Amino acid sequence: MTALRIYMAQRISAMIMVPLVFMHLGMIIYAVQGGLSAEEILGRTRGSIFWACFYGLFVTAVSVHGAAGIRVIVTEMVSLRKGTADLLTYGIFLLLFVMGARAVVAVTMP
Amino acid sequence: MVGANNKPEETDQPEVMIEVSVWRGDAEAGGFRTYHVPSRQSQTVLDIVTYIQRNLDPELTYRFACRVGMCGSCGMTVNGKPRWTCRTHASQVISNGKLTIEPLRNMTKVKDLAVDMTPFFDKWVEAKGAFVPTKTRHDEIEAIKPDSKERRAADAAVECINCGVCYSACDVVAWKPDYLGPAAINRSWTLVNDPRDGAQAERLKVLASDAGCSNCHSHQSCATYCPNLLNPTRSIAGVKRRVMVAALKGEV
Repeated sequence: MTALRIYMAQRISAMIMVPLVFMHLGMIIYAVQGGLSAEEILGRTRGSIFWACFYGLFVTAVSVHGAAGIRVIVTEMVSLRKGTADLLTYGIFLLLFVMGARAVVAVTMP
Repeated sequence: MVGANNKPEETDQPEVMIEVSVWRGDAEAGGFRTYHVPSRQSQTVLDIVTYIQRNLDPELTYRFACRVGMCGSCGMTVNGKPRWTCRTHASQVISNGKLTIEPLRNMTKVKDLAVDMTPFFDKWVEAKGAFVPTKTRHDEIEAIKPDSKERRAADAAVECINCGVCYSACDVVAWKPDYLGPAAINRSWTLVNDPRDGAQAERLKVLASDAGCSNCHSHQSCATYCPNLLNPTRSIAGVKRRVMVAALKGEV
């Protein structure tokens, strides 16, 4: 991975996340203000292709963004070979993606 | 009071002294040595260093040339901050009657306050900081409108004196010694905006490389400490935009 590709991946994932973060926060406020129970929330999200795509995209963008950011911080603090840094980046991406995907599946699968 | 010969006039007042800690040593080892220098009106940090070398310690090594903020030779770290010493008034930086003077960081120490600036200048060359002409003397002179967007962008960045202060202030250079640094990329930005230049594609490739613009975190230390009040961070942001567009077009 080149520094420029990582830079672009981080910026593009950030651009994707901006509206998603606001929608996510808005939904939290709506759910809390409306006094929705966990069952009522899951009743709306389970089986919804929209929420599966919404949070699927969110988790993917977070995984890319987080992996790129941590790679930059680690390579600035510790001297790593490029191959090792690439492995670390893919590893962090996979970890974040799997954790996030599990949550998305739990909330949106019927 | 200071007389015409720069010596204090006869007064009953005791002479005010400045406690100056100067870093002495080389790349291998070193430490601070303390000197006491008389305070003078309109005294610069370079005046203080010169006083020490001429009156207290002739072995002190430092670098300067023009003394008027043109040549960029006298950069040092003063009370922890990179500065051009010839135009830094001592009264602005002395803290509790004390002054600490060290060599610029991010460059190998040669001796005392002099550092090896070779890698700094090598990066200017690496970043394609030299103009590559596309015309001969027989061609018409290309008209560049002073108020064009490109010319204004180049004007805002062009007054660099190569002092190394921004390079010394940059944390990314400290973390990643291969990074081209703010001065070299700032210089390249002036040429990216020069429609007469013939090395744009090669220049963008270097700026897009692993040593290039994407390393900058926009901390803005370069802009904070630039003695000529330039804003290399803004130049690097401009380079990032150009490089991103070029990358999306598959040109870099």
